[in-house]
Amino acid sequence: MSRRLRVNPIACEGHGLCAELLPELIRLDDWGYPIIEPTEVAPELLGLARRAVDACPTLALLIEEIPTRDG
Amino acid sequence: MTGTLAGHPGLPRLLAGLDQSGRTMSQSEHERIHGALPHLSAHELIDAVQASGLRGRGGADFPTAVKLRALAARRRVSAVVVNGSETEPASAKDRLLLSRLPHLVLDGAMLAAEAVGAREVIVKLNERAASSLHAVAGALPLRQRDPVPVRLIAAPDGYVTGEETAVMHFLNGGAPIPTFVPPRPFERGYQGRPTLVQNAETLAQLALVARFGPRWFRELGTVADPGSALVTISGAVADPGVYELAFGTPMTDLLAAAGGATEPLRALLVGGYFGTWVDSASALGLRLAREDLRSVGCQLGSGVLIALGESACGLHESARVASYLAEQSAGQCGPCVHGLRAVADSLEALADGGAHPRERDRVLRWAGEIRGRGACHHPDGAVRFVESAIEVFGGEIEWHRHNHCTARPAGLPIPASASASASASASAFRSAASEAKR
Ligand SMILES: Cc1cc2nc3c(=O)[nH]c(=O)nc-3n(C[C@H](O)[C@H](O)[C@H](O)COP(=O)(O)O)c2cc1C
Ligand code: SF4
Ligand code: SF4
Repeated sequence: MSRRLRVNPIACEGHGLCAELLPELIRLDDWGYPIIEPTEVAPELLGLARRAVDACPTLALLIEEIPTRDG
Repeated sequence: MTGTLAGHPGLPRLLAGLDQSGRTMSQSEHERIHGALPHLSAHELIDAVQASGLRGRGGADFPTAVKLRALAARRRVSAVVVNGSETEPASAKDRLLLSRLPHLVLDGAMLAAEAVGAREVIVKLNERAASSLHAVAGALPLRQRDPVPVRLIAAPDGYVTGEETAVMHFLNGGAPIPTFVPPRPFERGYQGRPTLVQNAETLAQLALVARFGPRWFRELGTVADPGSALVTISGAVADPGVYELAFGTPMTDLLAAAGGATEPLRALLVGGYFGTWVDSASALGLRLAREDLRSVGCQLGSGVLIALGESACGLHESARVASYLAEQSAGQCGPCVHGLRAVADSLEALADGGAHPRERDRVLRWAGEIRGRGACHHPDGAVRFVESAIEVFGGEIEWHRHNHCTARPAGLPIPASASASASASASAFRSAASEAKR
């Protein structure tokens, strides 16, 4: 299973909280909306990623689980 | 104008029997030309479509058989939706099919509905397409033998209203604006159930594959791009219109089919406003085939080709289109709303000579950052267009800083009330044109 962060851009209001909590994977564009690293979330960052997901006030940040061939 | 390349063997197919009169083909004439609707089992139809290599003609270029198979494997499919939105301003092919050859499109929809077990067919049209609405409404009562009922729904115009999740949202009673995926329509669409959405031309092609088989289909085109395609050609050509051409046809023959260029060409816009500018020197060496187009970074999209003459200004034309695309954002996603506006404003400033040439680097950075960050692919198409404009016309930016550009407008179509955004309230828009339920 590989895990990636994803934003629902319709729900996101550009609060930028996520980028503060997880600068390793999220930066903001010139208008304050998050740009997510397209790489998978490294295991050591998973805890922080979950915290950012929980902190998003509009529930716009998601962790997507992508099945890989070896499960 | 409509037609094909004079003397090309095996053509026209879709447009067989069509004259320049503008008349809608009657059902009897349609059956005289193509034969009656054949009966195929779901497996037979899907296998034939797969062997034909038919791909979607609404712009996403997705293999039709894959979608049919995915739907056929699901239970409780609510509908086959004929996507006749044709919101691309420079495209006219779906309107041509629906207004002149409605029975061909309806045949395809019926075959697909039987194959995936859908309960109904919904023809979703653009409310501006009066002659299509009229022709389809007139055709429905004549189709007594159809296995499922057909409904005709007119929806407001607007670039993103033809995107498939926007179509679903509208049919479900919402505004004609895209929704976050998943779920995609094949998972949860109309009435919350699996739904097949197919472009009008895709279904017309499918109706021919069902009748004449995949081997016949592959007699035209290339191995990778079999069959024929409807191409809407406009701009600096003598006879702009919709032409049916075989894949693999050289670009120079495409232009010849449309009466030839009316002046030396500067560039071609391939794929419409989600498409790519290609310098005429490289474009004229290409064939109408995915491999050729990909070599210069473009796709046929929904089959739009615009010829830009040397008397026009590519920068100004592109700035107008970019601004239109920014206006057409459904207003839901930050990167699309703010990003496309910023990109369009900068492109306009570059064209007007009011920006430092470094602004071009900022536009390219923004374009790269915007890509993939909307809920739908609207921003992706828009930034691809802008990047290609800078690639092809970027060398003219410096000149525009020091000179007054007097180029004539090339007349790239921008719908009049473009600012009437699709995000206005749904109920105000809703207008079911006619219902033919049996
Ligand atoms: C912004 C946007 C606008 C679109 N507009 C249309 C349209 O007007 N007509 C259409 O058939 N497909 C349109 N599409 C593509 C549809 O989402 C969908 O892929 C298509 O209808 C599927 O049919 P096909 O596989 O037969 O091409 C649009 C896509 C996007 C991203
Ligand atoms: S915290 Fe949520 S709403 Fe705020 S920028 Fe991040 S994803 Fe968007
Ligand atoms: S990306 Fe743009 S057009 Fe697509 S849903 Fe978001 S705001 Fe609307």
